[in-house]
Amino acid sequence: MQNIQDLEKILNSELNTKIKSSLIKHNQIYLKIDETDLTEVILFLKTNSKTKFRQLIDITAVDFPENEIRFKLVYLLLSHEFNQRIIVEIDVKEKEIVGSITSIFPAANWMEREVFDMYGIDFKDHPDLRRILTDYGFKGHPLRKDFPLTGHNEVRYSHENKKVIYEPVKLEQNYRNFDYESPWEGTKYIKEQTKE
Amino acid sequence: MAKETKTLNLNFGPQHPAAHGVLRLILQLDGEIVEKADPHIGLLHRGTEKLIENKTYTQAVPYFDRLDYVAPMNQEHAFALAIEKILKIEVPIRAQYIRVMFCEIGRILSHILNVTTQAMDVGALTPTLWGFEEREILMGFYEKVSGSRLHANYFRAGGVHQDLPKGLDKEIGEFCERFPKIINDLELLLTDNRIFKQRNVDIGVVSKQDALDYSFSGVMLRGSGVPWDLRKSQPYDCYEQFEFKIPVGKNGDCYDRYLCRIEEMKESVNIINQCLANLPVGPIKTDDGKISPPPKKEIKQSMEALIHHFKLYTEGYRVDKDEIYTAVEAPKGEFGVYLISDGSSKPYKCKIRAPGFSHLQAMDYLIKGHMLADVPAVLGSMDIVFGEVDR
Repeated sequence: MQNIQDLEKILNSELNTKIKSSLIKHNQIYLKIDETDLTEVILFLKTNSKTKFRQLIDITAVDFPENEIRFKLVYLLLSHEFNQRIIVEIDVKEKEIVGSITSIFPAANWMEREVFDMYGIDFKDHPDLRRILTDYGFKGHPLRKDFPLTGHNEVRYSHENKKVIYEPVKLEQNYRNFDYESPWEGTKYIKEQTKE
Repeated sequence: MAKETKTLNLNFGPQHPAAHGVLRLILQLDGEIVEKADPHIGLLHRGTEKLIENKTYTQAVPYFDRLDYVAPMNQEHAFALAIEKILKIEVPIRAQYIRVMFCEIGRILSHILNVTTQAMDVGALTPTLWGFEEREILMGFYEKVSGSRLHANYFRAGGVHQDLPKGLDKEIGEFCERFPKIINDLELLLTDNRIFKQRNVDIGVVSKQDALDYSFSGVMLRGSGVPWDLRKSQPYDCYEQFEFKIPVGKNGDCYDRYLCRIEEMKESVNIINQCLANLPVGPIKTDDGKISPPPKKEIKQSMEALIHHFKLYTEGYRVDKDEIYTAVEAPKGEFGVYLISDGSSKPYKCKIRAPGFSHLQAMDYLIKGHMLADVPAVLGSMDIVFGEVDR
């Protein structure tokens, strides 16, 4: 097993202009890069003989609606040869189009489709960017934080129409999100007092 | 005069018994040769990741049972490990042994199901009947330890929910003594069976390079000759303490994958035997009162314990702000959890990496040029369970 610190040094020296920050945590390397360098960095990580991250484990996004740059795209890679994992992160604005890495890893195909489906992030040069997990004709992107947990539509079989029909969600009681103020830390006004 | 040929579009599923769940495959056929396969998935999509974001860490565990529902505890394991790494919890050694033991039981559960149903897909009914009898016994162990046969909800961050009931270790020991003979019986039916071999040898061949490129893991990767198993290469819990072999295939076809699974079951029995022989005594969950709830006995006597119990089951414990990816070697391959915590008692983001998702993605690549009848064989050997593919 190659030392993780050495690996981080190699990455920093070979890619120094492209790396915004790097960090070792939980025995994994966290790499922050720019969106424009994405395909180059991924290709480097896959092909370089000192890194050999030859397996793409997953692609996912994280939504931070309060941030100006709303999404964070995360690429998880694994190197069998050196037994190391790396997490590559890029920041993506809403409606920004990201370069696809399907030409580097064919496995990225469905993973990017899933990100597109769940978060509405578009990928450039993707061979077949369709929805994957949600229903045919679904609207919205469910894993965005502003998408309601209960969704918008529900389906049922209608005996009058003899087919499955879509209707707006009707609930007897809405999903309730309780806020548990911890007694160990005191209630809000006490917290504010102690701060001062 | 050249004969005009037309390709035929065939809709396979979503209610086809050989689709192993709700898979809809759009096949483009030229005669009986498959030219293109387009899997439509998501028919079992339940929004697990979204639901987990709205539940406390304790409430999120049952959702993991419902992913790969033939080996529930292996999934819970990945989630528990992720929280433990963030909170830096030491898991008591007895709990680690119990977890490893039940993960291996899960592996046997999953492999029995896969091997026997794969045999059924290619025309053999007997293995299914024999194998499911054993699954029933194994699920009985699940029930004895957790209260339910399938959706166990047994692993917790910091250990397991409760200790083994009295005598269960002996029962598991008896099973392990008997089970190798059952594997042998299954092998007698299948391994040298002419029809089984005709249907599986040289079908769905995956080269080493393609297995890597398509993010294969588990048996799909090992069947192609890549000796990679997270239990060995990135050991979690107490896997380092056990001796077991990693079976590796040679040709990367459906038959090799079947052989790998059979061997893995034998190794699992071996690990369970080692667990039982050295099962340590001691606590079964961490004694950190802010994470694991107090024992029932204390609740009756101590106000403090009652408050802790109440807080842990309403608000839940808080997990520090962090970001982590942890993976375990589930029966089907690398099952990972990418967890982002924000300091509250609910995960900010929990991405589930299911092995079956990447395997099914390669369906088009695997089936191209094969006959229509090979579709169930390839599908069976990929070990697809829709609970985890669709999430």
